[in-house]
Order: sequence, then structure tokens, then C-alpha cells
Amino acid sequence: MSFEIAVERRLGAGAHVAASISAGPGLTALLGPSGAGKTSLLNMVAGLLRPDRGRIAVAGEILFDDAAGVDIAPERRHAGYVFQDGRLFPHRRVRANLLYGARSVGTERRPIGFDEAVAFLGIGHLLDRWPRTLSGGEAQRVAIGRALLSAPRFLLMDEPLSSVDLARREEIMRVIERIRDEMTLPILYVSHDRAEVERLATRIVTLDS
Amino acid sequence: MPPLSPDDWEIVRLSLKVSLVAMAATLPVAFGFAWLLARGRFPGKLLLDALVHLPLVLPPVVTGWLLLIAFGTNGPLGIWFARWLGLTFMFRWTGAALAAAVMALPLMVRAIRLSIEAVDRRLEGAARTLGAGPWRAFLTITLPLSLPGVLAGAVLGFARSIGEFGATITFVSNIPGETRTLPLAIYSALQIPGSEGVAARLAVVSVLLSLGALVVSEALARRAGAGRGGHVL
Repeated sequence: MSFEIAVERRLGAGAHVAASISAGPGLTALLGPSGAGKTSLLNMVAGLLRPDRGRIAVAGEILFDDAAGVDIAPERRHAGYVFQDGRLFPHRRVRANLLYGARSVGTERRPIGFDEAVAFLGIGHLLDRWPRTLSGGEAQRVAIGRALLSAPRFLLMDEPLSSVDLARREEIMRVIERIRDEMTLPILYVSHDRAEVERLATRIVTLDS
Repeated sequence: MPPLSPDDWEIVRLSLKVSLVAMAATLPVAFGFAWLLARGRFPGKLLLDALVHLPLVLPPVVTGWLLLIAFGTNGPLGIWFARWLGLTFMFRWTGAALAAAVMALPLMVRAIRLSIEAVDRRLEGAARTLGAGPWRAFLTITLPLSLPGVLAGAVLGFARSIGEFGATITFVSNIPGETRTLPLAIYSALQIPGSEGVAARLAVVSVLLSLGALVVSEALARRAGAGRGGHVL
């Protein structure tokens, strides 16, 4: 199994996330209304949010297990997290953003090299720009590149199309399809758009609020 | 206005030395307090916040007297510093720097705290998922993003140190060449009939130094909080 997740967490003010997901390779889409805790779930897999109880394993590696006392630090989980808002570092140019995670991994473990990623995402002309000068689509492509260059074992994508205008969504969708098919990285993909998910997903998991 | 006399220069030099040392010594301490107050969650945080701000509202003469009790020759901290660091404060410029540092601390903590709070913590989370440990995330994300605010706080602390009077004169007296900084020298000049010229020259220097520091501090703070107000005063 690529993703084995069974977690619970209270989010304050009565809100509560509980999910049980067991998914094979390919792109697993989490579909649900806003407030269903989809982002919280990704944060728990990335190690940015601690579940109250449960277990998270990705590609056979246990990342969190409260019963066994396992809680791997986020920097050692090797998650490639593409955030909803891109979340590029505003004080670093595009090139330095792309290389931030690449610094700590050997080149042999990268699924994709720097030049290859830049060409693949079509961001060669952006390398010397500051993040605040990028459009939503450009920023999101850089964010995907930054995640891929950190040699992730899996990808977490949180509504990567929501900050991209409609005209540009198609190219990002094609990039995601290629990552799914060519790099064979397991992907956990959050969205509330059924049409988008039906095109991209290998399987769909619905989360209720 | 006549140019500064050699004695005047000596006073300016001493003031700059006292203020720079006070600022440099307070900066790490102020950053530590600012970090605790911005990020920490612990019982007694409100009390710590109040304690850090105490020198801002306490009569300076009280602060000076408390320093005298704590750091005097027989004060507990005075004994400790003398024994372990060979550092004494009584009637010395180091004491003037200590008094200036304590008085500058609240202003520096306020400015630095604001700049730490302005850093988007989600960027640190993003850095962590990219393989950065907490320390690297701090050095490469939090620190550079808060740096303009930290520098603004430091310059503000310097400006406050230049103007320090009450705690200094209470703690380490008014000794020419040791503890007689600009404000103390102006005060002394005003006590002597016919020395208004000295007082005026030193007052002009004070105004220029303070104004310059405030302009630099405000410019840095605006850079730090672009789009967020950014005032530290």
C-alpha cells in the first residue's frame, strides 16, 4: 500500500478530523467540502500537525504511530508538499527556492535533475525572478519543482489549481499527469472539484465534514 | 555655533562607546525575550512580558537604585560578575552601559517581537518538509525574514541608550571620563553658571544622533513590515 492512514485529531471549537485511508500507487484524491479537514490530514502526513491518535505509513515506512511512540520529524519524512498558496520563500529568488530542498539530498536520489525539472515545468525564464512577481500559475509550477527537487518519496498536493486562473489550469494538470505516470510517485491530492479529480485521480476518497 | 572642544569630543566618544556596547550586549538578550514572548507558550508569560516592560514605566531612579542593589560591590549579581567574569560596574563606564542596556531592553524586545510575529510560520513548515531541521529553518527562513525588524530594534535601543540619564546617574554617578555621557554632561554644564555654550553644543549633538538613529530605525521597520504598518514606536 502506498498510503495507510488512520488518524484522529480534534481541531478545537468542536471540529474534528477522523480518516481511514488505504490506497495503492498512483494519485489518490481526497474529495470533500471545505472544513472537512482535508488540509489538516495532509499536514498530519507531512508531520506539520500531530494527530491525537492513529497511524500513518507511506510506502511501507511508518511515519507516525502513537501506540508505538513513532513520530518522524517532518524534515525526515521526505514528503514533497505542494501547498495551496505555493508558499514560496519571499526572500529567495526562484532558483534558490527550487534548490532549497535539493541541498540536503544526494543527486542520485533525486527523481529528476535540476535542468530536467526546469525544462519539464517550463520555468527556465523565471529563475532570477522574485516570488512576488510571479503569477499564480508560475508560482505553482515553481512550488511543484521545489517539491520534486527535494527527492520526495511521495507527494502531497493541496488544491494546487485553486490559485491558478482557468486558462492556465490545463498546463498544470498535464504536469501532474506526467508526474503521476512517469515518476510513479504516490500522490495524495486534495480538492473539492469533482471534475478535476475525476480526470487526475487513480482513486477517489470522499471525506465528510 | 563654535566647533566641539576636545572635552566635548571625549564626552561624545564615551557616549557612543557606552551606547554601542549596551546595544550589542542587549541584542541577543532582547532577541531571546522577544522569541519567548512571540512564540513561547508557558505559564507566567504575562508576568514575563510585564517584567521586561518594567524599565519603560518605572521611574528611572528606581531602576538605577535596583541596579545598585543587585550589581553593586556587595550585590549578589555584582559579586557573581566580579568573580566569574572579572567584570565590575561601580562608578565605571561598564555600569553606564548596563544601565543603558536595561533601559533599552523593553524597546528592543517590542520591535523584535513584532518582527518575529510578522514571519509567516507556514513558511517554516514548508522549509521543514523540504528537509530543513528546526535550526536550519530558523537560520534560513525566520531570521532573514525578521532581520530588518531586529536591526530596527537594535538602532532604537542605541538611540534610547544615547539618551539614558536617570538610571545611570543613580547607579554609577556622574564621573567625568567614566560615566559622564552626553545627558549627564549637559546636566552638569547647566549647573555651572556661564556654561550654557557647552550645554547647547552637546544638546545639538544629542538631537542629531537621536534623530539619525530614529530615521534609520523607522526606515528599517518599514522594510520589515511592508504592507503591515511597520511602526515600532
